[in-house]
Amino acid sequence: MHEVKVRKMVTVVEYVYHEGGPVAEKPLRRGAALAVIHNPFAGRYFPEIAGFMDDLKPLGLAMAQSLVAALGGAVSDIEGYGKGAIVGAAGELEHGALWHAPGGYGMREVLGGAKAIVASTKKVGGPGTRLDVPITHINASYVRSHFDAMEVGIGDSPRADEILLALVMTTGPRIHNRAGGLAASDIQGKDGLR
Amino acid sequence: MSGTTRAKIRKIVTFVEEIHSEMGRGVVPPTRRAAAVAVIENPFAGKYVQDLSELMDIGEELGEMLTERAVACLGIPATAVESYGKAAAVGEDGELEHAAAILHPKLGAPVRRVLGKGAALIPSAKKRGGMGVPLDIPLGHKDAAFVRSHFDAMEVRVPDAPRAREIVVAIAVTDSGRPLARVGGLTKDQIKGEDGLR
Repeated sequence: MHEVKVRKMVTVVEYVYHEGGPVAEKPLRRGAALAVIHNPFAGRYFPEIAGFMDDLKPLGLAMAQSLVAALGGAVSDIEGYGKGAIVGAAGELEHGALWHAPGGYGMREVLGGAKAIVASTKKVGGPGTRLDVPITHINASYVRSHFDAMEVGIGDSPRADEILLALVMTTGPRIHNRAGGLAASDIQGKDGLR
Repeated sequence: MSGTTRAKIRKIVTFVEEIHSEMGRGVVPPTRRAAAVAVIENPFAGKYVQDLSELMDIGEELGEMLTERAVACLGIPATAVESYGKAAAVGEDGELEHAAAILHPKLGAPVRRVLGKGAALIPSAKKRGGMGVPLDIPLGHKDAAFVRSHFDAMEVRVPDAPRAREIVVAIAVTDSGRPLARVGGLTKDQIKGEDGLR
């Protein structure tokens, strides 16, 4: 059991009206909730780290709730999601992997019944490192219109003994999506894929 | 958005930062900064234009819109805002004077109208740059520029802006000064608030 020590929280919301094409009536919203926490395993190799996943669950839930609120508060508006982590220099990539379960749990809990695997990425990096968090449809990973990504990062984070945790959600497809593939309207919704 | 506003807006991005601790010491309550950023078309990209009044009018419009959005991100009454700042980044086909036209002549009045006061100069920064260029928005107390605890800055960046023919315009507000401020100087409870300085 490790205390989750939060140094900083950052929320970023993008409202995309167009990208050179027709102006959308309702802009696409893309949001990220970021938390910078102390890495309890920084500095040396610890064989047992998995318990920290349970410690992170309340933070994952709180971040998912605040992200939905930042995107307007309606769970039904959320169509895409993703997650990621940047581990500071005194940590290892495996510490970032501890975010998979609690980050995904938090979003599923808030969104209720989201079926698709949560797309994710992670890396080790210094303060200001940017992370392109992948995004897919919450109920069917193959929905091509919702393949997206959001670049996130914080100028002073992560320090060497910190981890930057990220959750990302979107309210719809890419603003001028027209690359075909499975459409959101054709989701079968059984396996989380199609 | 582009149809109902003077500015041709491609994108708006909001940022909220909460600092909960520094060096392991708690910041209670957390200090909070918010910024609202618009990515707009530069109507004067690629050519020298003498009269920049169109950009001044756009500045007036964005002054109100971005201040309202940034304050909404903090979830506080506008009158509770303590410090503010503004900045712009012009894409490579524009000139620095385009940022000046947006920021300086008309943007401040609606900011102060939204906040209810704002005796102090709004600190500003501008630059020309490519996509993803960071903006360090300077921050100062809104009623007394010499309040040392509120000298601060907030970094924002939009990864895909400004394109060559765009301008990124940012307004930042806070509900607080720096976390754990302790370098002395004028404090906010000493503000007279008459001249905008002290």
